[in-house]
Amino acid sequence: MAKVPKPDELAQIEHRPPESPWTETPVEFRPGTYCYGAKPQNIEPVDMPNPRDWNPADEDWKLPENWKQTVLDGMKLRLNRFRSFKLFMDICVRCGACADKCHYFIGSGDPKNMPVLRAELMRSVYRNDFSTFGKMLKKYAGARELTEDVIKEWFYYYFQCTECRRCSVFCPYGIDTAEITIIGRELLNEIGCQIDWIAGAVANCYRTGNHLGIQPHAFRDMIEFFVDEIEEVTGVRVEPTFNRKGAEILFITPSGDVFADPGTYTLMGYMMLFHEIGLDYTWSTYASEGGNFGLFTSHEMMKRLNAKMYAEAKRLGVKWILGGECGHMWRVINQYMDTMNGPADFLEVPKSPITGTVFENARSTKMTHIVEFTADLIRHGKLNLDPSRNDNKIVTFHDSCNPARAMGILEEPRYILRNVCNHFYEMPENTIRERTFCCGAGTGLNTDEYMEMRMRGGLPRANAVKYVHDKFGVNMLANICAIDRAVFPPLMDYWVPGVDVTGIHELVANALIMKGEKKRTTDLRYEPLPGMEEEEEEEEDV
Amino acid sequence: MNPLNAIVFSLVAVGVLVLVALLGAGVADLQYFFGVVVPYAAAAVFFIGVVYRVVYWARSPVPFRIPTTCGQQKSLPWIKHDALENPVTKGQAVMRMVLEVLLFRSLFRNTRLEFRRGPKIDYASAKWLWLGAIVFHYAFLVVFIRHLRFFTEPIPGFIHLIENVDGFLEVGVPRLFLSGVVLLAALTYLFLRRVTVPQLSYISLPADYFPLFLIFGIGLTGILMRYFIKVDVVAAKELTLGLATFHPTVPEGIGSIFYLHLFLVSVLFAYFPFSKLVHMAGVFLSPTRNLPNNSRIQRHINPWNYPVKVHTYEEYEEEFREKMIEAGLPVEKKE
Repeated sequence: MAKVPKPDELAQIEHRPPESPWTETPVEFRPGTYCYGAKPQNIEPVDMPNPRDWNPADEDWKLPENWKQTVLDGMKLRLNRFRSFKLFMDICVRCGACADKCHYFIGSGDPKNMPVLRAELMRSVYRNDFSTFGKMLKKYAGARELTEDVIKEWFYYYFQCTECRRCSVFCPYGIDTAEITIIGRELLNEIGCQIDWIAGAVANCYRTGNHLGIQPHAFRDMIEFFVDEIEEVTGVRVEPTFNRKGAEILFITPSGDVFADPGTYTLMGYMMLFHEIGLDYTWSTYASEGGNFGLFTSHEMMKRLNAKMYAEAKRLGVKWILGGECGHMWRVINQYMDTMNGPADFLEVPKSPITGTVFENARSTKMTHIVEFTADLIRHGKLNLDPSRNDNKIVTFHDSCNPARAMGILEEPRYILRNVCNHFYEMPENTIRERTFCCGAGTGLNTDEYMEMRMRGGLPRANAVKYVHDKFGVNMLANICAIDRAVFPPLMDYWVPGVDVTGIHELVANALIMKGEKKRTTDLRYEPLPGMEEEEEEEEDV
Repeated sequence: MNPLNAIVFSLVAVGVLVLVALLGAGVADLQYFFGVVVPYAAAAVFFIGVVYRVVYWARSPVPFRIPTTCGQQKSLPWIKHDALENPVTKGQAVMRMVLEVLLFRSLFRNTRLEFRRGPKIDYASAKWLWLGAIVFHYAFLVVFIRHLRFFTEPIPGFIHLIENVDGFLEVGVPRLFLSGVVLLAALTYLFLRRVTVPQLSYISLPADYFPLFLIFGIGLTGILMRYFIKVDVVAAKELTLGLATFHPTVPEGIGSIFYLHLFLVSVLFAYFPFSKLVHMAGVFLSPTRNLPNNSRIQRHINPWNYPVKVHTYEEYEEEFREKMIEAGLPVEKKE
């Protein structure tokens, strides 16, 4: 694995384009800036084409013989299926408003990371093969032929875009690079050019229900482990159920929360909250993944993986589905699920059994976001909260790209934060809400061989955190996304040491005064609560 | 292509067009061709081309509801919903489009990256592009409306009104219309921006410079004709009105520069549907802007939704049944 340069070396970023025109600047597969190619065993189980051992850094990519026709046919098919794709090929005026909005461009200075140029990688081929002017005027119309080098360029840059959609906020025509990247990745997948980290996650999700490949018995064991942890901290034993028919609510969260710190604390938070309000809910080991790595592969794969949610809700006979803190999971639920796998007419419109609130905004999809659910609980005074238990945490909030720009969940998490902690500070205005910056590793790019690019792509976010860290002493970065929770700890260590990462429901659980709890001296991480430092030491001495 | 080549190519292309018009109408005396045939052909190409282009786009469906949300969603009744930036009804989406089309809302958000050592990153306010763009478009609109006086008789009141506003300075004979000057200034800004900002010149194609030069040529010939190289305005109107009423006539002695002006305008119209200029029509169809974000409230239909292979619960249980039973997890089929 490539060594990541030191922060001050990495920060020497030149935003001036090179002398050679972009069409004549080949891609360099430098370790640390690209992801490994998909292994055969990870694409065979889901019937994807051209399984083989290959390495993007090699000269020969072992493309299938008819790769060019496959790609061009694929483009034609998708031009006919997606108005967005067709339109975005035609109407860009190259005004450049998007150029410096991309986190990868800011962190790398590579001009092909300007959203406009990332799209031109595809448009140049579109002009060459699908436009009369392009066929006539060739390079004078900005057209170029589809070659293996173009495929390599696509692979490099479409897996160097996290589909965060920040550029589309600023584009005067709403051109959404995510649409182009999604199509680009679909086309690459058709000739077997997937990255291994996504392919592995997809294969796992398909088979075991979650991207980590946790089998049902292990999934249960892992959650039971956190039941013990909760008891240790609070003295209260929560009792989760699994695959239980007749439960009122099916709860689905990204499996990252089950597996790795600090997501696991958020998982404990969910369970404590549900126990406290007496929620009749069940986990599913079959639909055990909220995240959808199909979104990073193709529309079809997204649908194949997403199908489990409704199928399981139907099988278990629940009334509605509650979803955990996750980013792109919610893009899929909000913008795709009902269209792809609906109608969910076997479910009821979500209604909070505690407050009676009917979630009208989920009338058709029948799936409610947990921050909507919890904000409603707090608003109705159903939770006994002591925010001072979080007093040692100076918190800022990172809007995850998808909840912000594909849903508009902006106020709900903030409302919760203001109720569960006393020290909450916003990052600068141009870096939050709909203008939020990606964590640097969304869309399945959170793999270790890609670390340099992750640090580059995460720089704009980290820089804004650093601002509030220096100004207000912020030491906790809250978010509602499992990829964030996995990606931010190394990013913070690299750019802003001294800032930890948390989900919202971890903070909720810290503040939550549970019925029958023992005197709590630590938070969920076994760190002393404010004012309890001495008692902790005494306990340790005993 | 390197930036200089792109500029030179476009400049030469416009230069050739100018020569064609001057030689054709001025020297070869092909006034009927340049005064009647070309404008009609250009208008036909424009209308058919734009309709064709819009139909071409519209033939592809919008399978998913993918608005870019730029404000608070509609959720709980006590949380203030941002109806303009995150519409949930058609009416709200229309309002969002109105802001976009008339005021260039998204471009108004523009910021400029300031990257300093440290690293210390700032995002400074950057409204110049928005200003340049909006001034350019509105100046063009005013010029366009003013020109309707050449195609109408009697001239409708609103054209007089626009002219009075446009010429409110009351200087010069004939009095100075601000819109023409502003149009050229805005074009100059957009051109200079394109060549001086390194990233922008890096991405620019001949297709970006050509319309700038072409419109500059149109503006310049228009201004020359109005203030400096006099043409027979009465005769010119006779020709344009003839075109508008489908009784084309070509009066003698209008002056070559008129034909040059008319030819460049014709080229712009004919070029329009095949170039990036179709953004004028395309902006209305953009699915990230013109759709309400209500796909959790109302099911959006994908016309080509097809069944896919899924891993069913039964298959899943089949594989893991023993382990599930051992772990005390409920199963459908006990053996």
